[in-house]
Amino acid sequence: MLKEFDATKKKMFRIMDDDGRIISDKHMPVIDDSQLVKAYHDMLFARTADHMTVSYQRQGRIFTYPPNYGQEAIHGATAQVIRTDDWLVPAFREMGAWLAKGATLKDTFLYFMGYEVGNSWPNANHFLPITVPIASQLPHAAGIGYAIKYKKLDEVVFAFVGDGGTSEGDFHEALNFAAVWKVPVIFVVQNNQFAISLPFRMQTASDGIAIKSLAYGMPGIQVDGNDFLAMLRTLQEATEFCRAGNGPVLIEAVTYRKGAHTTSDDPTKYRSKEEEESWERKDPLRRLRNYLVGKDLLDEEDEKRLEDQYRSEIDRIFVEAESQPAYPLEDVFKYMYAEMPDDLRKQQVEHEKFLQWKESNS
Amino acid sequence: MNMVNAINNALDIKLAEDPDIVVYGEDVGVEGGVFRVTEGLQVKYGADRVFDSPLAESAIVGTAIGMAAAGLRPVVEMQFCGFVYPAFNQIISHLSRMRNRSRGRIGMPVVVRIPYGGGINALEHHSESMEALYAQIPGLKVVIPSTPADAKGLLISAIESEDPILFMEPKRIYRAIKQEVSEEKFSIPIGKARVVTTGTDVTVVAYGAMVREVQKALPKLKEAGISVELIDLRTIYPMDKETLAQSIRKTGRIVFVAEEPTSFGVGSEIIAVANEEAFLYLQAPPKRVTAFDTIVPLPKGEHHYMISPEKIFYEIQKTVKF
Repeated sequence: MLKEFDATKKKMFRIMDDDGRIISDKHMPVIDDSQLVKAYHDMLFARTADHMTVSYQRQGRIFTYPPNYGQEAIHGATAQVIRTDDWLVPAFREMGAWLAKGATLKDTFLYFMGYEVGNSWPNANHFLPITVPIASQLPHAAGIGYAIKYKKLDEVVFAFVGDGGTSEGDFHEALNFAAVWKVPVIFVVQNNQFAISLPFRMQTASDGIAIKSLAYGMPGIQVDGNDFLAMLRTLQEATEFCRAGNGPVLIEAVTYRKGAHTTSDDPTKYRSKEEEESWERKDPLRRLRNYLVGKDLLDEEDEKRLEDQYRSEIDRIFVEAESQPAYPLEDVFKYMYAEMPDDLRKQQVEHEKFLQWKESNS
Repeated sequence: MNMVNAINNALDIKLAEDPDIVVYGEDVGVEGGVFRVTEGLQVKYGADRVFDSPLAESAIVGTAIGMAAAGLRPVVEMQFCGFVYPAFNQIISHLSRMRNRSRGRIGMPVVVRIPYGGGINALEHHSESMEALYAQIPGLKVVIPSTPADAKGLLISAIESEDPILFMEPKRIYRAIKQEVSEEKFSIPIGKARVVTTGTDVTVVAYGAMVREVQKALPKLKEAGISVELIDLRTIYPMDKETLAQSIRKTGRIVFVAEEPTSFGVGSEIIAVANEEAFLYLQAPPKRVTAFDTIVPLPKGEHHYMISPEKIFYEIQKTVKF
């Protein structure tokens, strides 16, 4: 399939149409029905959590948050293929993949509430923290790939970036290094049509992102990122390709950021209602749901019940996260160095003296 | 050994000892680096451990961060100090922050070697001394040796450190100083200054190539009856403030000698130490004998810029006579 939909052919790989009907079953992913339903439920859970996180932000209970709304199939498909020992190098908009990698929802809540510990993924391994400077995480992925190859392991690195990130120098450098070194990295570009306000057509004059793979000497594929089945099949083949020691793969997952860039952003300033509505029909959950209903695998009543159950579970986790103890002063200092310089120790002690003075004078 | 041999020897010892160490950068493998610092190491340890990377500084540091996260201990080379800037984002946004960001789960045992400093008749961008830029970044340590033996001992400590280290090599004295250096493994602690000569009239602080320039001025200073306590800082950050403070309290005078631009530099920090730790002992205003706040001139104009032993003598005797 990677060959058939090679980026030079300029064909986007799809299995389902916008309504969830199979266009071609030639490249169906390997997944059994119960797992497929579970994948759908996981995506539903991630979407519910995402919506609720946005409302927690609106209630002033967390700080800035980047919603995932509309891009869940990419994360849900990643969740199906990523192994415990594989690596996840996130950008910041792939919550379903984080949860699959062993992050807890509480971790993510803590991070967006303003605790670093949430971003350290204390319950997960082989998972780098979220990276804010765009695309700067991609060279890390190439470096991890080098370490995997050097140690002769069969792990794979899943590295995420958005369409805006592909304009950064680090995108180019990382793909170049990974290809020259022939290391097992899957670069997943979530082309969600916008980099905050900048539309994709103003981001690059290239005919899509996948075609750029040709210049780096690696396979590339453009896939309908809102088509769970196509996304899953693509990742399955890419993973197999990487694990076999063939080097990196570039995946351009075409999707649409249905929400705002972050909770501080207002998309009505730079895009039309009509455009948003035109993507509504392509919603990844809607399409997979239609497919599952067609196969008689989903029960509407069940789904409603499940959603309610998710909502109360998510709220319980959020309330638990809210009871996180206050941020101690020492946490500002103690992770800076393995061997802490005297200066830092002194600065902490001096500030503690001030706090004691303040306490005794209040 | 000269400093090139000593650094090569340190890398050799660590490569032999620890299979997690990899050494790479531009022209580092086959050629052994433009200064030949890594010469012979690829043949000895293989092209998967000592190798040439594509030409991109950001990715050299960026991939080192990934390797460190995955359990390797990379030692990377930036070809010249003026070429580090494309990697600045990786250094300041990730290398220095990953440990804190991951609450100590992901350490960064990475050494970034940077040949730096002027006086070698080089092209533009090959001569600056921007150590203060790095010293201000929380999460990094900045080390600068001044002798072959120090280069070896400090580099071994740097490679063994769990913290990221910018190891700046004064390329002007790469081959200019030869001394007996043990072939055996030894290390010199990071964060500790070295008192080169003890004295009573003035504390002179230098590092890198400037230690030798101060040493050149010492006989004339002695002739003039000035007793100099010369301190080689060895580590810019964390700075050994205790050794500095003790010396300044003893001599009451402080002269700082460095190739860095004068303002907002390491020298400013040294003066802060003098004020904070030895205020009542000072008998003269602290003095910086440092480069102009200008671009390093090309070779024909560089003599205006570089710090000479004569200038060091001139400023020290002025401070002592204040």
